[in-house]
Amino acid sequence: MIALDEDRIMLRDSAREFLADKSPVSELRRLRDSRSEDGFSRELWSGMKDMGWTGILVDEDHGGSDFGHVGMALVCEEMGRTLTASPFLSTAVMAATAIRRGGSDEQKKKWLPAISDAKTIVALAIDEGRKHNPEATALKAEMAGNAFRLNGDKTFVVDGHIADQIIVAARTDGEPGNQSGISLFLIDAKSPGISIERVIGVDSRNSARIKFDNVHAAGADALGEIGKGYGLLENALNAGRTGLSAEMLGVASESFDRTVSYLKERKQFGKFIGEFQALQHRAAHLFGELELLRSLVLSACVALDKNPDTAGSSVSAAKFKAAEVVKLAVSEAVQMFGGMGMTDEVDIGLFMKRSRVTQEFLGDANFHADRFARSQKF
Amino acid sequence: MPLETFRRETREWLAQNCPPEMRKPSRGEPDICWGGRNWKFQSEDQKIWLERMAARGWTVPMWPKEYGGGGLSREEEKILREEMRAINARSPLESFGIWMLGPALLQFGNEAQKKEHLPKIARGEIRWCQGYSEPGAGSDLASLQTRAEDKGDHFLVNGQKIWTSYADKADWIFCLVRTDPAAAKHKGISFVLFDMKTPGVTTKPILLISGKSPFCETFFDNVTVPKENLVGTLNDGWTIAKYLLTHERASIGSGLSLAAMRSLPGEAVKAYGRDEHGRLAEPLLRREIISAEIDGRALLATIERYKAEAKAGQGVGAKSAILKYAGTELNKRRYETFMTIAGSDGLEWESERSEEGVLPREWLRTKANSIEGGTSEVMLGIVAKQILKLPGA
Repeated sequence: MIALDEDRIMLRDSAREFLADKSPVSELRRLRDSRSEDGFSRELWSGMKDMGWTGILVDEDHGGSDFGHVGMALVCEEMGRTLTASPFLSTAVMAATAIRRGGSDEQKKKWLPAISDAKTIVALAIDEGRKHNPEATALKAEMAGNAFRLNGDKTFVVDGHIADQIIVAARTDGEPGNQSGISLFLIDAKSPGISIERVIGVDSRNSARIKFDNVHAAGADALGEIGKGYGLLENALNAGRTGLSAEMLGVASESFDRTVSYLKERKQFGKFIGEFQALQHRAAHLFGELELLRSLVLSACVALDKNPDTAGSSVSAAKFKAAEVVKLAVSEAVQMFGGMGMTDEVDIGLFMKRSRVTQEFLGDANFHADRFARSQKF
Repeated sequence: MPLETFRRETREWLAQNCPPEMRKPSRGEPDICWGGRNWKFQSEDQKIWLERMAARGWTVPMWPKEYGGGGLSREEEKILREEMRAINARSPLESFGIWMLGPALLQFGNEAQKKEHLPKIARGEIRWCQGYSEPGAGSDLASLQTRAEDKGDHFLVNGQKIWTSYADKADWIFCLVRTDPAAAKHKGISFVLFDMKTPGVTTKPILLISGKSPFCETFFDNVTVPKENLVGTLNDGWTIAKYLLTHERASIGSGLSLAAMRSLPGEAVKAYGRDEHGRLAEPLLRREIISAEIDGRALLATIERYKAEAKAGQGVGAKSAILKYAGTELNKRRYETFMTIAGSDGLEWESERSEEGVLPREWLRTKANSIEGGTSEVMLGIVAKQILKLPGA
């Protein structure tokens, strides 16, 4: 286990400052209320490029800043605090990881600098049913000569409506439920046969339902080895799950901080409500849970930096705990804000909405409890 | 010495010197070596193991060598722990002297006190107990009433302590006494040491729900304590008390590692078996156990993180209250699950099969975890006040 060193503390502080300035919670409201076409700000995305974030997991040879997973998670946590909408997690974390670890030299040369330069947005199309379950991939990729034809449906493709490229998980062999026989393809989102339906979520963020109807993928579009894409997909997802857990830590921490401030302001029965021990102890308990979660998120980052292939149990421990803690944090926040917590005017509700999406995305608590258990042969 | 060399040499030494009996899984309390004047070793191997480890200073690896310690760095101590764990070596000695008094003396004691007491703790020659709580001073510890009157060259101590762990087996006591009854409650307390054989000291074990008596009532009737046994400054004992309480709360980790000898997944698989996918055949219990396992991991990671942060000069302070709170609540949770797994077997109190009810007695013992050393509610109060700075906390 590590303590944050000076460089990382600086990274965190500069992220906090940048996001407070460029993308406070009011920015999410603006995107929502103006019914923004993109659902995020391209100007902000370009600012993130200048901060070195778009290339945060890209090696320097391909134009990245290569801060590692600890750095990536610090940025995600701050984004959670401000409810920042951007394709950071899909593009800079998951897609960058998949291409860096599984791409051909050509794919790396083409796409990693494009991601670092914020010129290309890449979404991952994985889920097909209501619950995250990569092994259950059924979308078919049939060999036709040197190429493949993709047929099937994807859902909950985060940032799918704004993606330039899509990494799609497809089945080239075996049955849904098998880890083997899954292949990844990196294809143009405008390929003929792809139809994308934008879905605005409860958190005012975006995902897409995507239909693949006889979509052509060249042999060179395969990302990693045909039929052996599951391990690579797990690498990308684990990076994403860790970033997401960090975001959840940020969402939980910010709603907690706002709640504690409210306890010191709001008076009832002639006292600050923070004087009531019933609320003090619940707040203190929540503080403890946040501390525990922080340690698990950091452990997952350290494990990923050390060896992404063996980090699965640490990642699942973090995502499991993140789901439980963020749920508690936003529930307590709304309760302690009382009637005000139910209003659209107060931001707390926005944190609750985002927290619900983060709990579900990339595997809920049950999914990760099971995965953690299996990693312990239990 | 390079760490790798240290690791290699430690491994070799342990391989040659840790007796076979001391590599068998410990059953917890019945196998702990507490030391002291009247200690009866449970086996010859236990005695040899203590002597060999004490000779190297490895009963207290990080204490300075001149006081009987090993003089190891944090990294070396970690390696020693890892290498001991690798061969399942038992701890050679546990004691309140090691956990509590030693660190306090290193911080606040004078040279004569350190020279006198620390080596005897390290060698397991003197067993200490802690005189803190009183019948009227539990969570509100600072309201303690045991008096120590200044009689020139000595104090005359009168009063009563309660929940004194192993007072009936201890050789010496470190004790909080009131030396200035007129001062505000935190300001008139002093920290003194004395021999439990001093005339006027009596102990009476308290029978607990576990059927055991680890705690005593301790009575002081005109007990004479030499002035040189005052640790730190007169009337400033609360500083030491607070330091020790913080230490005690942080060291809950070592207490929990004792409990961790029982594995929830292991016990559950033994009891329920696995399904065709290798999962525990009882899905409801599986979820409960996983949640506890992940929380256990989170707790250990937090202990490690706080250590790393303290080392990097990033203050941890009142956050140690979190470790005490989360650790003890988790331990209670785990034992509830152990009892569920054991079913009716876990209800046996007097039978050979249950080794005279080891599990239900441990289960009952865990209920004290969140009371002793500051209740869970006191810990939450500390967080509310010192960290969250809530009004009126």
